[in-house]
Amino acid sequence: MKKAVNDFIVLENTALNATNYYIRLKSPVLLPEISPGQFVNVEIKHTDEVFLRRPFSVFEVSQGENTISLLVKVLGKGSKTLSEAKAGDTISLVYPLGKGFTKPQRTDRILLIGGGSGVAPILFLSKWSGLPKGNIHILIGARSNTDHIDTRNYSGLGEISLTTEDGSCGFRGLVTEHPLFTDEINTFNKIYTCGPLPMMKAIAKAAARENIFCEVSLENLMACGFGVCLCCIEPTTKGNLCVCTDGPVFNINILKW
Amino acid sequence: MVDLSVKIHDLNLKNPVMAASGTCGFGEELADFYDVSLLGGIFLKGTTLKNRDGNPYPRMAETPSGMLNAVGLQNKGIDYFIDNIYPRIKGYKTALIVNVNGSTIEEYIQVAERVNELEKIPAIELNISCPNVKEGGMAFGISRTDAEAVTRVVREAYTKTLIVKLSPNVTDIGEIAKVVEGQGADSVSLVNTFLGMAIDAEKRIPLLSTVTGGLSGPAIKPIALRMVWQVAQAVKIPVIGIGGIMNATDAIEFLLAGASAVQVGTAIFKDPFTPLKIIDGIKQYLSKHKISSVSQLTNTLHM
Repeated sequence: MKKAVNDFIVLENTALNATNYYIRLKSPVLLPEISPGQFVNVEIKHTDEVFLRRPFSVFEVSQGENTISLLVKVLGKGSKTLSEAKAGDTISLVYPLGKGFTKPQRTDRILLIGGGSGVAPILFLSKWSGLPKGNIHILIGARSNTDHIDTRNYSGLGEISLTTEDGSCGFRGLVTEHPLFTDEINTFNKIYTCGPLPMMKAIAKAAARENIFCEVSLENLMACGFGVCLCCIEPTTKGNLCVCTDGPVFNINILKW
Repeated sequence: MVDLSVKIHDLNLKNPVMAASGTCGFGEELADFYDVSLLGGIFLKGTTLKNRDGNPYPRMAETPSGMLNAVGLQNKGIDYFIDNIYPRIKGYKTALIVNVNGSTIEEYIQVAERVNELEKIPAIELNISCPNVKEGGMAFGISRTDAEAVTRVVREAYTKTLIVKLSPNVTDIGEIAKVVEGQGADSVSLVNTFLGMAIDAEKRIPLLSTVTGGLSGPAIKPIALRMVWQVAQAVKIPVIGIGGIMNATDAIEFLLAGASAVQVGTAIFKDPFTPLKIIDGIKQYLSKHKISSVSQLTNTLHM
């Protein structure tokens, strides 16, 4: 079977900062291959206020240890409840869902741009791409220093640049105001991004103008996550497509942005 | 061994637990998880004569113990279904039922005629209860005369088992059920979703692009159960119960209230395995109560 529903065991839940939690989960069965951009749909227990599962992009996969990790940013009741999970708890996941990012070629120079919880698939992609460090640049934006998660573990994989809107660390401003984006965008032949919609739209607009390959990962509201409810649709040149099965990663050339 | 088989007119089901239209695609999405031949049946995604894009995003809002949807019958039309989807799914060893929709009576007839030619489709579900389309849909299901008219002509066009899916957005659902029974419906399925609404108070906006949508999930179960009971009292044809069924106990309640079979819908969004868990739960219930056949549960409420 291509997809499964299983109870995973929480091995670790660590608060990374005020709003982000790192949750590592052990699979009861051998994990399938999972690529960056793919997601899991997480059951939220112990609350009557959350009826549907909550989709989370996969942050890390360890085939050896049979674990996956999620980066949980607290945004509402679902993510709040999940952020209170304790080691030893079981959490039901529907997985693996969606289509991930296209694997880059060896000679590509790629720009990875993440914002908010969008850093999860972006950092996963930096590891998965298999490119030499010189070919990867990671640009991560946040409101303030305290919203950034520690990315030092990724510094060996690519050049990392941070931005904050309040200037508390890295470049002051939005990712789309960073010199990498405003001046050096043409030195990259592929751009991958996940984050807030206005950010991704601004990136897509620039990529289209400069004729650079660009993939974005969308997070439209969904009920099922596996293509039956038709709630998470995105209008495209191929008609309304499901973000959960046709995406969440889309090439910008089919989006009607 | 307990006998789980049930019969809805000429439609033989291996068990009474089916997947509801609009919650299981064309069966292929569930086949990614398990062998769909374990299901009693699959009610395929609502199909119209021509391609429909459905309503704009956002189409979904979570509500207490349920959700609203306003999908609006997005589908590629009956020709696309017959040419592209039917050949891929016709081998599934379970009852495949096409959910037939239209904006006009003529469209309902044309879709029903096309489906009548399909050897591996033993029944249709005539959907006169979709609350999310501007024309047709629920409009046919909330008017006694329209329900009567559309059932009569589709009955003439379709020779196999005809199930009519009823809207709960009526004053007396038993009366509508009697009307469609009188026009030759072989079964009724109920309920479709309840018309509802959700608002973001901070932004002062409706949460659905269409403002209103269809409410489903456990929030509607007690009302659906009451309606199934009322309809089972009103008609002689078999009743298929739908509405917020999350587990085997819920399903058994619908059978006791008068349903011969059930459809599981919104629960599939939470867990695609729900129908299989319900089948197992019904088996256990029958064994525990020493009942040899599931059909012996139907309409057996002690009053």
